[in-house]
Amino acid sequence: MSRYAAPLKDMHFVLTELAGLDRVAALPGCEEATVDVVEAILEESAKFSGGVLAPLNRSGDREGARWADKSVTMPKGFKEAYRQFVDNGWNALSGNPQHGGQGLPRVVSAAVQEMWKSSNMAFSLCPLLTLGAIEALELVGTDEQKAIYLPSMIAGKWTGTMNITEPQAGSDLAAIRSRAVPQADGTYRIFGQKIFITYGEHDMAENIIHLVLARTPDAPEGVKGLSLFAVPKFMVNADGSLGARNDAYCVSIEHKLGIHASPTCVMAFGDSGGAVGTLVGKENDGLKYMFVMMNAARFAVGLEGLALGEIAYQHAVAYARERVQGRAIEGSASAVTIIRHPDIRRMLMLMRSQVEAMRALAYSVAAAHDAAARHADAAERARNQAYVDLMIPVVKGWNTETGNELAYLGVQVHGGMGFIEETGAAQFMRDARITTIYEGTTGIQANDLVGRKIVRDGGATLKAVIGQMQQTHSELMKPAGAEFVAIAAALGGGIEALRRAGDYIVANYAGDMRAVAIGAAPFLRLLGIVSGGWMMARAALVALGRIAAGDADPFFPAKIATAHFYADHVMAAAAGLALEVEQGGASALALDEAMF
Amino acid sequence: MKILVPVKRVVDYNIRVRVKADGSGVDLANVKMSMNPFDEIAVEEAMRLKEAGVATEVIAVSCGVVACQETLRTAMAIGADRSVLVETDIELQPLAVAKLLAAVAKKEAPQLIILGKQAIDDDANQTGQMLAALLGWPQATFASKVAIGDGKATVTREVDGGLETLEISLPAVVTTDLRLNEPRYATLPNIMKAKKKPMEIVKPAELGVDVAPRLTTVSVAEPPRRSAGIKVANVAALIDKLRNEARVIA
Repeated sequence: MSRYAAPLKDMHFVLTELAGLDRVAALPGCEEATVDVVEAILEESAKFSGGVLAPLNRSGDREGARWADKSVTMPKGFKEAYRQFVDNGWNALSGNPQHGGQGLPRVVSAAVQEMWKSSNMAFSLCPLLTLGAIEALELVGTDEQKAIYLPSMIAGKWTGTMNITEPQAGSDLAAIRSRAVPQADGTYRIFGQKIFITYGEHDMAENIIHLVLARTPDAPEGVKGLSLFAVPKFMVNADGSLGARNDAYCVSIEHKLGIHASPTCVMAFGDSGGAVGTLVGKENDGLKYMFVMMNAARFAVGLEGLALGEIAYQHAVAYARERVQGRAIEGSASAVTIIRHPDIRRMLMLMRSQVEAMRALAYSVAAAHDAAARHADAAERARNQAYVDLMIPVVKGWNTETGNELAYLGVQVHGGMGFIEETGAAQFMRDARITTIYEGTTGIQANDLVGRKIVRDGGATLKAVIGQMQQTHSELMKPAGAEFVAIAAALGGGIEALRRAGDYIVANYAGDMRAVAIGAAPFLRLLGIVSGGWMMARAALVALGRIAAGDADPFFPAKIATAHFYADHVMAAAAGLALEVEQGGASALALDEAMF
Repeated sequence: MKILVPVKRVVDYNIRVRVKADGSGVDLANVKMSMNPFDEIAVEEAMRLKEAGVATEVIAVSCGVVACQETLRTAMAIGADRSVLVETDIELQPLAVAKLLAAVAKKEAPQLIILGKQAIDDDANQTGQMLAALLGWPQATFASKVAIGDGKATVTREVDGGLETLEISLPAVVTTDLRLNEPRYATLPNIMKAKKKPMEIVKPAELGVDVAPRLTTVSVAEPPRRSAGIKVANVAALIDKLRNEARVIA
């Protein structure tokens, strides 16, 4: 059984001190999200995640989802846990109050979702996909579609899926072939095969609403000819009751490296006459809607990197405190627990510091997303949206790459026992592996970052963020103490590396696109590391202020020490990454294709 | 009928308790506090009685510092209809709490007061008994089953020898044992609603209760650290150690 104790203290600190929960609560429609209510929500969510979801994580991994005769049986306990999850209202956390949701802001949802993902990543994918489908229907659904689907989907009684990928159309959506044939009654008949459909079929909910990308008969070629359709597993009657089984079936599920309890389905639409679907939004605008939803989905996957890093860290610490092995390097009377060994300590600090940095960055982006959607002032909305757009590929790309590294370190701390499944460390590593792949690989995130988010506005948004970092840097000059000297120096160096690499990209993209693209992934990592360092520096300043005000909570000196470690050990990579961006293009492209 | 559920704010059961350096008490600075788990069971039982149509109103009451408001909000998130905080910074001992609760009970006139058999901080196991005595009501402690009939409660108690079933007339005081029920998780809508539910705040003086401590804490110390085990040569040596060193057998 895997244990999970939500890091409530750090979550609270990040929400209130770094992400600006008070500013979010001041936004129109977010009035309910006061600190005391959010605290109560997080406490209860922590109990639920630790008490209901975490105990199913390992058994779910071992047992896996099972397919037989076009239906999927979830591992033992999942159905009951999902029912409890829905009955307790968790699925409705961020839903529109008009359709029964609680309407809580994204920044609160981010913290709660982190808990679901840490405690049981495979389970968490079901609500994740439902939330994505809800978002699409909210955005462009007709009033009728909203009335039919949203209340049951927000409650979690029905779940949702996104049907995008086909065998020949993975990262390249232009290759999508699924067809949608208009009918006299205004509906469409959908034909085609979709793969990698998360929770495309399962036994936890009474209905599943598939959102499917397909082409109408006279649609243009490529991505400009994709339309979005709502295709329910069971047709919904006018009175809301469930009708006939639709022609949308799961014909197999995948055997995967991780997330075994999450059924990854091959879906066949229209094998016996056509699956009935209704158009969502306008014809040929499907991709546009996908992009809007993608920000939310990519952000959520970024949370998975953070969440798996956190749970891997918790298990590594518990093991390092327990496991007695070898004497202390400086000598000791008897064998010591391995947490006494310097290299174990270094690995635990790498995990702890980067988890905290990822959390601070992710929540701050979530808060900006709330402001981008709800702020009364249009200029503020635009400024926040630009920050969100810049940072989404970073939260997705950097958090998931780092989450993988931390899960790897979690295994390493366990030594030989980490390679044995019983300790659970290996599962976090396996479960993390998908996060750098789905919802756009790290390479796709890096290209999005460089091509759309940096070059397109001539580096303006990046410069604005660097300006904010510089402000923090100048505040770091005030306090005394070796920690702050080191943190300031590291952030100063990071800012310089970021500025140089950013300038290089803007100056050279048009002239030498391939060489610049070689530096895209290193640049994404650079922006992630320095943004994380910026957040840790801000955290250290807040902590210092609290200590100066007489707060004796050991959390605050620990935060400063952790920020110091991050500055010494993680920020050190920034200068090298900038060199990689500026100078690494030619050698990477030197070999002729035939030489591989 | 009305049910009154006293709840106490205590150090969270997951926390490793530390004694203050000067031995004057337990260090509560920066420690996570939660509702006493036995009281959670009491709230749950009250909610079940309400859901079964037996109770009409559930009132949570807590005595102590301002932060006890959080504990009351938790009780209301589970489902209590409203709450009363008897607010004071003075260290409250079981007799003082029993007197405060008796005063609240006289005002609210509940048919049933249900509370934890003890709190996990001081493990006194006195408040419920003292409260019943002060009110002159029947009491049934360590309940593992509660059934409410016409003006009566049938309570199964966990006692050393097994289970004992008592029938008591209402109004009465019942204290809960671990096996009475398994408390539910609060639902999100109820957590949101809890903030809007009424909470009355009164001072001990307004209830006419003198809460000054009657007991003095001489010192607080950690239990002795467990030392390494040893192997004994034979049964006789074991019995000798149990009798003369551990003194657990006569």
